[in-house]
Amino acid sequence: MAKRLGTYFILLLAISSLLFAVSCAKTKVKSEPSEMQEVVTEEEMPAADMQIEEIEEEEGLTEEQLSAQELAEREGVLRDRFVNQDIHFEFDKSSLLPEAREILKEKAEWLSMTRGAAVTIEGHCDERGTNDYNLALGDRRAESAKRFLVDLGISAGRLTTVSYGEERPFDPGHNEEAWAKNRRAHFVIE
Amino acid sequence: MWNKKRLILSVTLTLLISIVAFPAAARVYIDINSPYLKKLPPAIPTLKNLGIDNRHQYLMKELAELLGDTLSFTGFFKLLDPDSFLVDPQKAGLTRDLIQFENWRSIGAELLINGGISYKNGILKIELRLFDIFGRRLIIGKRYTGHIGDRRKIIRRFCNEIIYHLTGAKGVFNTQIAFVSTTTGNKEIYLADFDGYNIRQFTTTKNITLSPAWSPDAQWIAYTAYRKKKPDIYIKHVSKNLPGKVIAFKGLNTTPVWEPIQSLLSATFSKDGNPEIYLLTSSGKIIKRLTYNWGIDTSPTWSPDGKKFAFVSNRSGTPQIYIKDLDKNQVRRLTYEGSYNTTPEWSPRGDFIAYSGVTNSHFNIFIIGVDGEGPYQLTRDTGDNESPTWSPDGTLIAFSSTREGAERIYVMNANGADQRRLLILSGEQTSPRWSPR
Repeated sequence: MAKRLGTYFILLLAISSLLFAVSCAKTKVKSEPSEMQEVVTEEEMPAADMQIEEIEEEEGLTEEQLSAQELAEREGVLRDRFVNQDIHFEFDKSSLLPEAREILKEKAEWLSMTRGAAVTIEGHCDERGTNDYNLALGDRRAESAKRFLVDLGISAGRLTTVSYGEERPFDPGHNEEAWAKNRRAHFVIE
Repeated sequence: MWNKKRLILSVTLTLLISIVAFPAAARVYIDINSPYLKKLPPAIPTLKNLGIDNRHQYLMKELAELLGDTLSFTGFFKLLDPDSFLVDPQKAGLTRDLIQFENWRSIGAELLINGGISYKNGILKIELRLFDIFGRRLIIGKRYTGHIGDRRKIIRRFCNEIIYHLTGAKGVFNTQIAFVSTTTGNKEIYLADFDGYNIRQFTTTKNITLSPAWSPDAQWIAYTAYRKKKPDIYIKHVSKNLPGKVIAFKGLNTTPVWEPIQSLLSATFSKDGNPEIYLLTSSGKIIKRLTYNWGIDTSPTWSPDGKKFAFVSNRSGTPQIYIKDLDKNQVRRLTYEGSYNTTPEWSPRGDFIAYSGVTNSHFNIFIIGVDGEGPYQLTRDTGDNESPTWSPDGTLIAFSSTREGAERIYVMNANGADQRRLLILSGEQTSPRWSPR
């Protein structure tokens, strides 16, 4: 950053000295009107070049600023995805589906980027089945997700699991569509 | 136990006659082990006025009806219609010599329960007798003295005597049922008397509260609650404000159930990475791990002798019921029909295990012999039926059902007969557990 500011300063210096030169030239021109056009043209050219360069440089800066902003936004998006994207399971199963593995890989990336974050993995079930068994099943689902993340290099100490069984459905419906959404592991950043 | 003590304090009981002319074992009027129970028809006339002011005369009818309702709850009786009675109870004598047994016999009564009541200076006196009409014999006679507020206890006490003398087993009229209800918006544990009366909220965790379990002396209830954002086990005294225990290992702490002989606790923990069943002291110290399997092991339930326990495991791929013999250190699979069999409860008599299994995408209550006999399906075509729990005499099963829409608690005879709603309360009710006697 300091280096960039330095360049900018030198650039400004160069521009102002050039502008100074131009204004001097103009004074000269007044004294010799017949040659004015050519002289002005010749002298303005480099100034214009410099300005173009300056604009390019400014655009460059803007691009960098934009990309930082984009990065932050993307980080936000990734964070949102991390929080909002659940992984889903088959009925009475705690094994990870291929789609769930892909989502977990993305979550592992975010976790390795975001070193401080500690996460609670909630295991949930659909309403079918009995409460007691579903509590155990939810525990297994959360543990499956945790184990996968640990295998991808995430420290186990950052990951806590909790089972809610069928007690906290995402969708209160009583049909397969709702049940499919409710058989999930949900990720909460602590 | 505690309510029995209170009963003795508040009600003085007088044995009228030495009535145990026939010890309970000598003649069994009701064989509670029989799957084809013939219901006995008792006649219960209005109680006789033995000195009661006008304002309290309603008790004569109320208490006769309460006697009838309480006895009917057992499923052993079919009450006779009082309109068919040939005898005016206010004119009839109460003792054996004065009873015209033919008049009762001719309307089909096999048992007569009569009584008299007086109420003076705030003291309620009730005498009650049970007669065998064919044998022209007094089976029990009792006089109770107490306050007017004790009358429900008095009637229950006498009904317990009736059941004991007719079946040879103690009645369940002092027992309670714990269950989960969403009345407040959160799942909390509630208690009710065996017949669904006297409902009161037991926990106020204001969070998810699940799986109540009674200690063998019926003094404590263990349950699972999310007080600290995870399922931990709490143990709370039923009536006294005593400091309870908390069992909070890492991960899952669920399905607390007492072992019946040494009052040890068993429960499911996932602290070792996987839901497994452990045995603990009642203060929460682990004695030993009871199951070893990569899959889910949960929902223990103990044989009455404490030597075996049944539990749910998905080690074969789907949840099924298994029995572990602790002496032999052997596990065997009990259920083979259906792909989802959970919530087992071992019967107090030791011979059967009740559970809920899925048939045609619905949960139904089954019982299966510990030796594999059956299984027998007790509910069908009535929504989802879950979480069976035995009455301590093994004659009744309470369970939750969605047959009327919302999930509520029902009760039936252990052979599936007489399914009826147990209690009326707003919200949904689940996970009933019947207290020991």
